[in-house]
Amino acid sequence: MPQKLDYRKETPSQTAGPYVHIGLAPGAAGFDIYGNELGRDIAGPHAPGERIRVEGLVYDGTGAPVKDVLIEVWQADANGIYPHPEDPRYGKVARGFRGWGRVITEFDTGLWGFETIKPGSVMGRNGRLQAPHLNLWIVARGINLGLNTRLYFADEEQANAADPVLNLIEQQHRRATLVASREMRDGKPVYRFDIRLQGENETVFLDV
Amino acid sequence: MKPAEYYQRDRLWQPPQLTPNYKTSVPRSPRQALLSIEQSMSEVTGPVFGHGDIDPIDNDLIKNYAKTGDPIGERIIVHGRVLDENGRPVPNTLVEIWQANAGGRYRHKKDTYLAPIDPNFGGCGRTMTDANGFYFFRTVKPGAYPWRNWVNNWRPAHIHVSVFGSSFSQRLITQMYFEGDPLIAKCPIVTSIPDPKAIEQLIAPLDMNAAIPLDSLAYKFDIILRGRRSTMFENRLEGN
Repeated sequence: MPQKLDYRKETPSQTAGPYVHIGLAPGAAGFDIYGNELGRDIAGPHAPGERIRVEGLVYDGTGAPVKDVLIEVWQADANGIYPHPEDPRYGKVARGFRGWGRVITEFDTGLWGFETIKPGSVMGRNGRLQAPHLNLWIVARGINLGLNTRLYFADEEQANAADPVLNLIEQQHRRATLVASREMRDGKPVYRFDIRLQGENETVFLDV
Repeated sequence: MKPAEYYQRDRLWQPPQLTPNYKTSVPRSPRQALLSIEQSMSEVTGPVFGHGDIDPIDNDLIKNYAKTGDPIGERIIVHGRVLDENGRPVPNTLVEIWQANAGGRYRHKKDTYLAPIDPNFGGCGRTMTDANGFYFFRTVKPGAYPWRNWVNNWRPAHIHVSVFGSSFSQRLITQMYFEGDPLIAKCPIVTSIPDPKAIEQLIAPLDMNAAIPLDSLAYKFDIILRGRRSTMFENRLEGN
């Protein structure tokens, strides 16, 4: 007999359920308990970069909005630096930039939205730059294991065309499911990103 | 040695997205295959939290929403460690929990179950693991409650647990169950996990050593996050 490998197994995931807000955003559940609800401000007031708004809907396979979804965002600052010690440029991250946010819906419509700054290009593997993107993690009732995906920006056409992750998507028309469209509203840029869990134009989800 | 990628998530151990006995998963599960990517800086980094983000009372669900007295229910300690698949502790990571009250009712505007709200119980808590990955909460044992799936489904008593780890790819939400609960085996959410050994990993044993005499029972719940490979040889994760 060979020696025994003694790795442990990752704890299995379970759905976040319909009442995820109690734990992660109690204000949305309807009560006030914590001095500081986490994830409300991704970029902070001082970080340089283009201030943007991102909004959208998550649809289920029948085409109905998923009204109880919760999304977490993780992103780099405008210079492409993540506020995490593992980023080699960590010391130069924008002041007050958190890079992480929690996004909840309006329960009646399922519409969600958040303000942040547009990230810069970030380092990829083997020295290949990745196009600016937001990393998203989606949980809800009916989702057994959080879904990872990325949001890219429609006005970064050239960078998107060279992005190593987008280029991995074999069916070229599906790449568009990861690209948010841009419009100006009252002089401010707003990106629209709809996520389709299933069916026609199903969003590309990632095994990271 | 420098750490490199996180180990591949075991997709045969984790629940699949489509589990028809848990009905809501039917319209909410992707049908296309996931796109497998190699981890980059986007995946091996993640949000960092500090003690300034939370208050010391946040891990005490018996006191953190008490208005006129303590909440009704069986007083319990829930404690354990956050470790990775290599058995290393995950220090200074944020652990958040939420749960129903002792009657099985959530403090949520969408919960309409007929069991009453407890005026002294909020039902959520949060804490940071210490330098060795230990965490603890004090709360009351949640009640079982019915839910709309089959006509007569009941959730076993459970506490929802959210953990961050050191990177966004370790992010995990799960549910902790209690040793000896006969509803566990009957629950379609629990059995969305195919391997019975994996289900056992979600059942916290009664821990009499940690119980406080004449005060609280205790349950121990260890949480394992994805482990990470060490770079014995250059793999150019960060580029040239």
